[in-house]
Amino acid sequence: MNFDFSEDQKLLQKTARDFLAERSPLQVNREVLESGKDWNPELWKATAEMGWQGAAIPESYGGAGFGHLELALIAMEIGRALSPIPFGPSVYLATEALLLAGSDAQKQKWLTALASGRAVGTLALAEGPGFPSAASLKTSLAGGKLNGKKIGVPAGHIATFAIVAARSSAGPTLALVDLASGAVTRTPTESIDPTQSCAELSFKDAPAELLGAEGKGAELLDRVLDRAAVLLAFEQLGGAERAFELTRDFTMGRYAFGRPIASFQALKHRMADEYVAVELAKSNCYWGAWALERNDPEIGLAAPSARVSATQAFDLTSVEMVQMHGGVGFTWEYDCHLFYRRAKHQGLVIGNASHWREKLVQRLAAKHAA
Amino acid sequence: MDFNDTKEEATFRAEARAFLDKHMKPLRPGESNNMLSERDDPDTIKHAKAWQATKKDNGWAVLTWPKEFGGRDATPIQSVIWNQEEAKYRVPPNIFGIGLGMLGPTIMAHGTKEQKDRFIAKMARGDEIWCQLFSEPAAGSDLAGLRTSAQKKGDDWVINGQKIWTTGAHFSKWGMIVTRTDPTVPKHAGLTYFIVDMGAPGIEIRQIKQINGGSGFNEVFFTDVKIPDSQRLGRVGDGWRVALTTLMNERASIGGGGGGMRSEDLIRMARQSEWNGKSALEDSAVRQKIADFYIRSSGLKYTGYRTLTALSKGTTPGPESSIGKLVGAPMGQEVAAFAIELQGLAGSALGAAQEAYLGSPGLRIAGGTDEIMRNILAERVLRLPPEPRLDKDTAFRDVPTGPASK
Repeated sequence: MNFDFSEDQKLLQKTARDFLAERSPLQVNREVLESGKDWNPELWKATAEMGWQGAAIPESYGGAGFGHLELALIAMEIGRALSPIPFGPSVYLATEALLLAGSDAQKQKWLTALASGRAVGTLALAEGPGFPSAASLKTSLAGGKLNGKKIGVPAGHIATFAIVAARSSAGPTLALVDLASGAVTRTPTESIDPTQSCAELSFKDAPAELLGAEGKGAELLDRVLDRAAVLLAFEQLGGAERAFELTRDFTMGRYAFGRPIASFQALKHRMADEYVAVELAKSNCYWGAWALERNDPEIGLAAPSARVSATQAFDLTSVEMVQMHGGVGFTWEYDCHLFYRRAKHQGLVIGNASHWREKLVQRLAAKHAA
Repeated sequence: MDFNDTKEEATFRAEARAFLDKHMKPLRPGESNNMLSERDDPDTIKHAKAWQATKKDNGWAVLTWPKEFGGRDATPIQSVIWNQEEAKYRVPPNIFGIGLGMLGPTIMAHGTKEQKDRFIAKMARGDEIWCQLFSEPAAGSDLAGLRTSAQKKGDDWVINGQKIWTTGAHFSKWGMIVTRTDPTVPKHAGLTYFIVDMGAPGIEIRQIKQINGGSGFNEVFFTDVKIPDSQRLGRVGDGWRVALTTLMNERASIGGGGGGMRSEDLIRMARQSEWNGKSALEDSAVRQKIADFYIRSSGLKYTGYRTLTALSKGTTPGPESSIGKLVGAPMGQEVAAFAIELQGLAGSALGAAQEAYLGSPGLRIAGGTDEIMRNILAERVLRLPPEPRLDKDTAFRDVPTGPASK
């Protein structure tokens, strides 16, 4: 039994943690938040120089060629730091989609740009409230032109290109669109977490290429989302761990009624529950990483498990962070809201926990068919 | 990252299997060892003793004990591998666990040479069964508040009081008991630890009937029971330290959890049940719940794998293994309640889910309640400050007690 990361991988994680402690303290988030900017491009450039955006991209396409276990640990550290960069949309969604289904030409063009940080990719899915099904997609692809509107596109107005879920005459299809095209209008949306900005994208006869086979978009999208779910779960796990550590430290140092508030069972039992939630999430994340790295079909069960339990852990720890800080937890000045915002944003971005539970039960029911 | 045995582990597993194949039959399909346990009739006890002796005589008992006490200095992961393999066979219930896991190591740590020579070998071979007399009606989670007294009379000690929740007292030859020898000092300082012959005059054992009708444990009453001073374990007044050795050896619970019902069982039950004119499996609330149980169970399963990995690398799991019980026990109760709910109007009829529901509260209490588990995680893993203890510096006899305990 060796259900753990290797020493080399842990060393890489430590390097990432040290790097982000210096380059991505929470002050960097605050600057983004208070300046009205959407992200920190210098940090994006610096992480690209570390090889992080290309961690899972083969060296032949300009990547660092580490692998998905390494990428998972980097994701966890970015999650701990709440780094204000579009790592999720670009690395977990766009990069994974290209790795799975890109033609050689697409990979040559986009993966090299993604790895170097020159390009930011994203995935455009939502068209209205809820989660679109293959049948309900309205955005259409015909004759190499894309028409329609997407909302809540993560990093939508800083991305270089988008992978867009659309319909063609053959059925659900993924399209790759260069967002520099004049046929795309981008409108920034104010986000619950302004350090993870979103945008509305309108396509009017926008030139688009197929990503993967026409009409096979639903299956491909499912695979991309499973892989992204595992990686995003690591990011959420990192955020949950840090939120919890900061809460624990605060309650140990804060005195009321003559003793540290952490000594009251009303708080310590809830912190025990937080610890349990984080550990269960970590275990499901490890399972997801194992399946992701080996391309094991178990990812169909592991990805929803990791996604849901990491969402629960980050939700719980960020909500409790505000509550256990008391009045100051509700102030702009304290950092609690940075976690509270990020947790909620990340819990929604590729489908909420209910959506992933439903996905899991569909797969379990199919596995244990009548 | 992989789930495979190392080469040494695989060799050990193969040896264990070869031994088991020679002596025991594998479980039948659909059968689990849980179904076979909780029996304490004389035939079962005889069978269990014979199996323990066979294991001991062939070097497969007390694996982790030191060689000098008849063990083989096995690593914790080897012990886990043995348990995994043994669980696949139709073996009799393990009625020696408390002795071998907790009491044996306590004698090794605190016993005299005579005590070690007299007790350990017979315990290891299952010739003598042991029980642990710690909890009392007024001392459960607050164990050091126990009040069964031991008074020195000549060369003997005279015991009076009551113990409770004593697993297996009714078929044990020996017990280990913590008593109060000095009520004039603060509670932890006035305790002394003894070995007691469960057949001694003045001991009365009454089986306790549980919610689910079973009777796994007992009340044990002591009326002027004599214990020779040679059966004292550790110094007078040092009983708390000795008891801590026992408690530290509580077997780390590894893997498993989840209360016995699997997600495929719940899916099958939901599929067969009619709700609002359609299958309950089509109901979104039902689906969400099944997913939630599955996710918690897999979280526990892979937490177990992480613990096994730590063991495999030679680390001993710490108090963080309390997670398994804190998550698994309440979830067992929730899953059973959900399974009953799935049956709708038919849900009252006694079946596996109902049996599980009736049995499940016990697991949330035994071996540390959910609340104590949270304290352990909070204080020993997260290092949060303990609750203030009002009785810490007070003579035990002056500690306030509720009206019920007087």
